[in-house]
Amino acid sequence: MTGHMRVGFHAPDTVEELAYLVAEAADTRTPLEVMGHGTKREVGRLVQYGAVLSTESLVGVSLYEPTELVLVALAGTPVAQIEQMLAENDQELPFEPVDLGPVLGFGPGQATIGGVLATNISGSRRILSGSARDHLLGVQAVNGRGETIRSGGRVMKNVTGYDLSRALAGSWGTLAVLTEVAIKVLPAQREVRTLLCFGLADPTGVEVLGLALGTPFEVSGTVHVNGELAQRFSDEEISRPGQSVTAIRMENFPASARYRASRLKQMLQAYAPALELDTARSRMFWDDVKSLRMFERTGRPLWRISMAPTSGPKLVHSLARKIDVRALYDWSGGLIWLDTPPITDAGAVEIRRTLAEFGGHATLIRAEPQARAVIDVFQPLDAPLMALTAALKQAFDPVGILNPGRMYAGI
Amino acid sequence: MSQLSMPRPDPAIVSRRAEIVRQLKKLVPDVVLIADQEGRRTFETDALTAYRCLPLLVALPGTTEEVSKILRFCHDNHIKVVPRGAGTSLSGGALPLEDSIVLCLSRMNKVLSIDLPNRVARVEAGITNSGITQAVAGHGFFYAPDPSSQIACTVGGNVATNSGGAHCLKYGVTTNHILGVRLVLMDGEIIDIGGDYLDAPGYDLLALIIGSEGQLGVVTEVTVRLLKAAEGARPMLLGFDSSDAAGGCVAGVIAAGIIPVALEFMDRPAIHVCEHFVAAGYPLDVEALLIVEVQGSEDEIDTLLEKISEIAMDYNPAVMHRSQSPEESAKIWKGRKAAFGAIGQLSDYYCMDGVIPLSKLTKALDEIGWICRKYRFDVANIFHAGDGNLHPLILYNSNDPLQLERVEMCGAEILKLCVELGGCLTGEHGVGIEKRELMRVQFTEADIGQQMHIKAAFDPDWLLNPGKVFPLEGNRVQ
Repeated sequence: MTGHMRVGFHAPDTVEELAYLVAEAADTRTPLEVMGHGTKREVGRLVQYGAVLSTESLVGVSLYEPTELVLVALAGTPVAQIEQMLAENDQELPFEPVDLGPVLGFGPGQATIGGVLATNISGSRRILSGSARDHLLGVQAVNGRGETIRSGGRVMKNVTGYDLSRALAGSWGTLAVLTEVAIKVLPAQREVRTLLCFGLADPTGVEVLGLALGTPFEVSGTVHVNGELAQRFSDEEISRPGQSVTAIRMENFPASARYRASRLKQMLQAYAPALELDTARSRMFWDDVKSLRMFERTGRPLWRISMAPTSGPKLVHSLARKIDVRALYDWSGGLIWLDTPPITDAGAVEIRRTLAEFGGHATLIRAEPQARAVIDVFQPLDAPLMALTAALKQAFDPVGILNPGRMYAGI
Repeated sequence: MSQLSMPRPDPAIVSRRAEIVRQLKKLVPDVVLIADQEGRRTFETDALTAYRCLPLLVALPGTTEEVSKILRFCHDNHIKVVPRGAGTSLSGGALPLEDSIVLCLSRMNKVLSIDLPNRVARVEAGITNSGITQAVAGHGFFYAPDPSSQIACTVGGNVATNSGGAHCLKYGVTTNHILGVRLVLMDGEIIDIGGDYLDAPGYDLLALIIGSEGQLGVVTEVTVRLLKAAEGARPMLLGFDSSDAAGGCVAGVIAAGIIPVALEFMDRPAIHVCEHFVAAGYPLDVEALLIVEVQGSEDEIDTLLEKISEIAMDYNPAVMHRSQSPEESAKIWKGRKAAFGAIGQLSDYYCMDGVIPLSKLTKALDEIGWICRKYRFDVANIFHAGDGNLHPLILYNSNDPLQLERVEMCGAEILKLCVELGGCLTGEHGVGIEKRELMRVQFTEADIGQQMHIKAAFDPDWLLNPGKVFPLEGNRVQ
């Protein structure tokens, strides 16, 4: 051991330099806080790091082939830059990444593409198009040994060797530092239609969303928003009534989107769909959902819960008898963004106990440091799964220098 | 047998066969054990039939607990295990080793639960791929990944190879449709990963298990996503005078924002064989044929096919024909799905599975033709054009050992070409034994090393399906 790596902020300009820094950190056993622009750095257990390693200087799109539906970018490239480039070619990121910046005290549009994939936070279209991870075709990354590794590639189909790329998605920088990603993109949807029902109780709202997903109309967004939260939508006609809002989105070529919206409207007649948004208003509505506008600056802890869709309202109902919670159901009820009162444990004990009855998992996205210091931010795993998790960490980062302890103690 | 060798069998294990059978009979009395030579012969190969090896023993368990007991026994006795579904692997993924027990999951073929409101089903790993869709089709749902072998192949095998299919351009491959698995590790530990919800907690272990070719654990149960079937679907045929024009047309369709549900390509030799075999109505006087399928209501289908026809006009199509009836559509697909079988009637073939970036299509086909001529083989090309997944079928005589050796060299050269063009060795068939030695063409030592560290994290003694995926030299089983 030759002493500790210089404490501070490192944003190397090249992958080689980044790999060198990681190798040095491994030699000196310096725990690194790995991040892009750091918009999500407050998510995770409270940990002391020796230095910060940012990919923010690794910027640029090295390949974009619109007719092959593929884009390759360095990890520090801002998502906003990629989205703009795609829009110029009538394409988009199919997984519609949620922008956590605003709810975590940052401005919108600051996340990097590496950060989005490292955290695998997918938006409303996940139910139709798949998750961020599903669109990851290949990566270059630096593991905890300081080795630069590649997996996957830039082609749509690839089963050559183990799928390390997707395994790194959602690992929150604890296994390797993503330095470059190849992603699948898709044509942008030209016409958007959104059907809205107002004032439905949670179980009914989620039932409607399930019915919509059980049609052949390729529904691409299904949210149900609690009445109090719905008051924060930008569109006044939607926010003013102060009632719950249940929204179903269809995207397609204009004639198809209109046809499908009208068919769905007929099928859901019993639930009185009261409003149909055109493309411009639809985009405003779904942008609010994408940036979680209703949870900005509330001063309340925010949870992200994934579970079987029909169980969602049962969980929320059960919790509501004990603590004051407000829910936005996405993915037809399978994803719940839930805010809780700023109590010591941010509601963790109740949420995890209740969730155990139904199955699923909860991650604390926003909370005061005191809360993050005492509770499990990520869903605790049972012993055999935890052992495998530890073995996997060991396989990538044997001395434990990449975001150690961020997800789980000792991992 | 050609140049690919397998890890040396452990004579101590081979000589203990009778004793191992006795012990297993006592340990798991309800498991079907096949120890006689004739019975074992059924399992000596998979769909890569050039390679054969009689296993030590074959075990057909009926429950996860039995799988766990067998694996723990093998772990404690240091016996290798080769997991197997229906044995349809085209890369030798289920090839036994002389000192291995083949663990065949075909008896575990039940649907455990169907939850339509949540659009998921829980099945045992030995159910066939089409068995899942059959169980839910009455309600208008289906399981999306559709490999050509779907009538026979098991979902467990699909998980092992991350199978794709003709419709994966729109729907994605196996990894996009699995929500959870019950996995038995080599030491017998039973682990549940994921469940009836999207995105499992913690690390994405499913991503690693799917496509790991049975090397990380044995999957006994699977939770799959179910999708609602489209209102309707209809293919059209587009014939061109050159593969260049066909490739241009594919790019043009995608550039127009249309993602067809399937986009299949056949070259002249493939068209002729399929047409002769199935009478699917394919045009015989074109160099390249595209089968393009779109979905939706009748009106939507008409609109989309009209748009595609307009785009195709820019590439001087020799033939443009929209299917006129469900019967005709079925026939068009029957031709494509029967293609491998049809070619197999004529000759033995070696099926490649490389992937290339679509923009390199013409170059790839030209070079493949050139490479095959150099080795004096005929070749037919059938592939998923939307995603660049090529399937050159090299025709050869498997009874001629010299030809077998030559055809493998020819195939290897084609796969190296795919990598050079920016693609990869295998799009859906897996590495198995077949492409094991080519892994270094695509990956560095550090890349392969990282994968081997993962293998060791799940199976420290390298007992599960050894001798596959990784180059044998430097592979820890040796």
